[in-house]
Amino acid sequence: MTTAFVLEQALNGFQLGVLLFLLAAGLTLVFGIMDLVNLAHGSLYMVGAFFAATFTLALDSFFIGVLLAIPATLIVGLVVEVVALRTLYARDHLDQVLATFGLILFFNELVRVVWGPAGLSVPLPAVLNGSVQLPLGITYSTYRLLIIAVGIAVAFGLYVLVSHTRIGMLIRAGASNRTMASALGVNVGLLFTLVFGIGAVLAGLAGMLIAPISQASIGMGEQILILAFVVIVIGGIGSIRGAFIAALLTGVIDTMGRAFLDEILLLFMPVQAAETAGPALSSMLIYILMAAILFFRPQGLFPPRARSA
Amino acid sequence: MKDIARNPAAIATFVLFVVIALVPIVAPLIGYGFYVNVFARIMIWSIAAVGLNLIMGYGGMVSFGHAAYLGIGGYTFGILSYHGIDNGFIQWPLALAISAVVAFVFGAVSLRTRGVYFIMITLAFAQMVFFLGASLDQYGSNDGLIIYNRSTFDVGGVGPNLGDRVFFYYLLLALLLLVIFICWRIVNSRFGMVLRGTKSNETRVHAIGIPAYRYRLVAFVISGVIVGLAGILMANLEKFISPDMMNWPRSGELIFMVVLGGMGTLFGPVWGALAFLLLAEILSSFTEHWHLIFGPLLILVVLFGRGGVLGFVERLNPRHA
Repeated sequence: MTTAFVLEQALNGFQLGVLLFLLAAGLTLVFGIMDLVNLAHGSLYMVGAFFAATFTLALDSFFIGVLLAIPATLIVGLVVEVVALRTLYARDHLDQVLATFGLILFFNELVRVVWGPAGLSVPLPAVLNGSVQLPLGITYSTYRLLIIAVGIAVAFGLYVLVSHTRIGMLIRAGASNRTMASALGVNVGLLFTLVFGIGAVLAGLAGMLIAPISQASIGMGEQILILAFVVIVIGGIGSIRGAFIAALLTGVIDTMGRAFLDEILLLFMPVQAAETAGPALSSMLIYILMAAILFFRPQGLFPPRARSA
Repeated sequence: MKDIARNPAAIATFVLFVVIALVPIVAPLIGYGFYVNVFARIMIWSIAAVGLNLIMGYGGMVSFGHAAYLGIGGYTFGILSYHGIDNGFIQWPLALAISAVVAFVFGAVSLRTRGVYFIMITLAFAQMVFFLGASLDQYGSNDGLIIYNRSTFDVGGVGPNLGDRVFFYYLLLALLLLVIFICWRIVNSRFGMVLRGTKSNETRVHAIGIPAYRYRLVAFVISGVIVGLAGILMANLEKFISPDMMNWPRSGELIFMVVLGGMGTLFGPVWGALAFLLLAEILSSFTEHWHLIFGPLLILVVLFGRGGVLGFVERLNPRHA
């Protein structure tokens, strides 16, 4: 176990964290502003991945594929918002959970019909396929570095959008008091659609980014969606800053746990026991983390300040 | 009695139970023996849904992680059976006790949160159990484990054996009725009054000096134990356990059954399980891609089906119309 290996695993954790942030940012925005629990957020992630795969394979360019997949995912997201979700804003969370659960079943089956049951692999362009030499003797995949860079850029962009633009001001106003914002002449319906669109694009983008690494497959959205839920619960629902920090924390802890937990357990356990407990414990690690955080802070680490019930 | 006779929901439920009781006698005669298993499965899911309904319908706690207890019940039974312990008198109490302990721990943490946080934390806890099951290499990890012997209840060589299909079926019916009876007693006791009180206004329950948290926790544990029982039964019926029985879609389906039948009613969960599983059975016989119809149908039920099946039957009652 060298320092370089540890740092590489840390970077892998960062990469997962950034991906989780892309999903969690949309979830937390949609929840914070529209008070909507959207289980089908993971479906947009999946749809984004399949669009990127299809366009990349058809046009033989990953970059153009992603550029086309972004508006395509946006359109799917907006259709879902207008057709199904709009009626759910006024409903309680139970109805929202159930209806979006129905949406997941629908989307998974739709993808199976359109793209077939097997997943789609996405070839990377030669530029991104290699690895780069970083300081401290680390050799790291160029593409994973790109994912990290994109994620950080998106986080910065979101920060600027929400904190320093007029649209961001309206979004914040809508989040802290929907009725008041509406009374002051903000078109809340349009604002909701816009925010949902942003969330959809971010989820789709996450799917497009991961597709070359782990291919586009049916059900890919649900596993990561539950992780994204953990992220927004840890971070405090409605807080983008909380989502960012919690996403990185979750990504790094999950990856490091999977990589090193059995070796740590070996220090004070017999080999047999460590080999059994290692994988089991590492897959449960972030849920234990979440339980611990919620035990002490039921509202998460960074609960948004003003939220009307 | 006169009151029941005029209540369409009560009549419908009575007829339903008569039908369920007749299935193992009539179905094989008319060449539909396969439906004995379908109805056995419906009864098991009914038991689980009754358990969830206790906290969801009466206590307002939307747990998105109750499939975990299906898994815990099933796995405790399955693992004991794998090691050659077939005696139900050991298997069942142990499985129920572990369900209770896990429900107590998960509930103690989850119940500190409210609303969406509660939905998500119960979901995350269930996923934790799911991943634990998936990492048990000795017990088949993701592929699951085939169980060779159903529970036996021998005392000195005599006693019932769940291998007998008809006996097992009527045991399920008896347990379902027992669980509904227990829920009825709970809901109408002082404890049940407090539980329903916490659903409508927890602050007021607090204000009159009742520690709402403890009541909710006890209800959560009872609910977990009932679902654990359903897990034991399910593993006995299928002779198979796999992490899939505690994967999160199972939790979603369980919630759906409760809502579909009529939340906060005694027999609603039974109607919900019946409607859900029969619908799935019928749709899947038409097309392989039945989820394409099933998904939107579920959405429509949520949007327009207030009160579920029982609510619908209730509206047939001229007094309420």
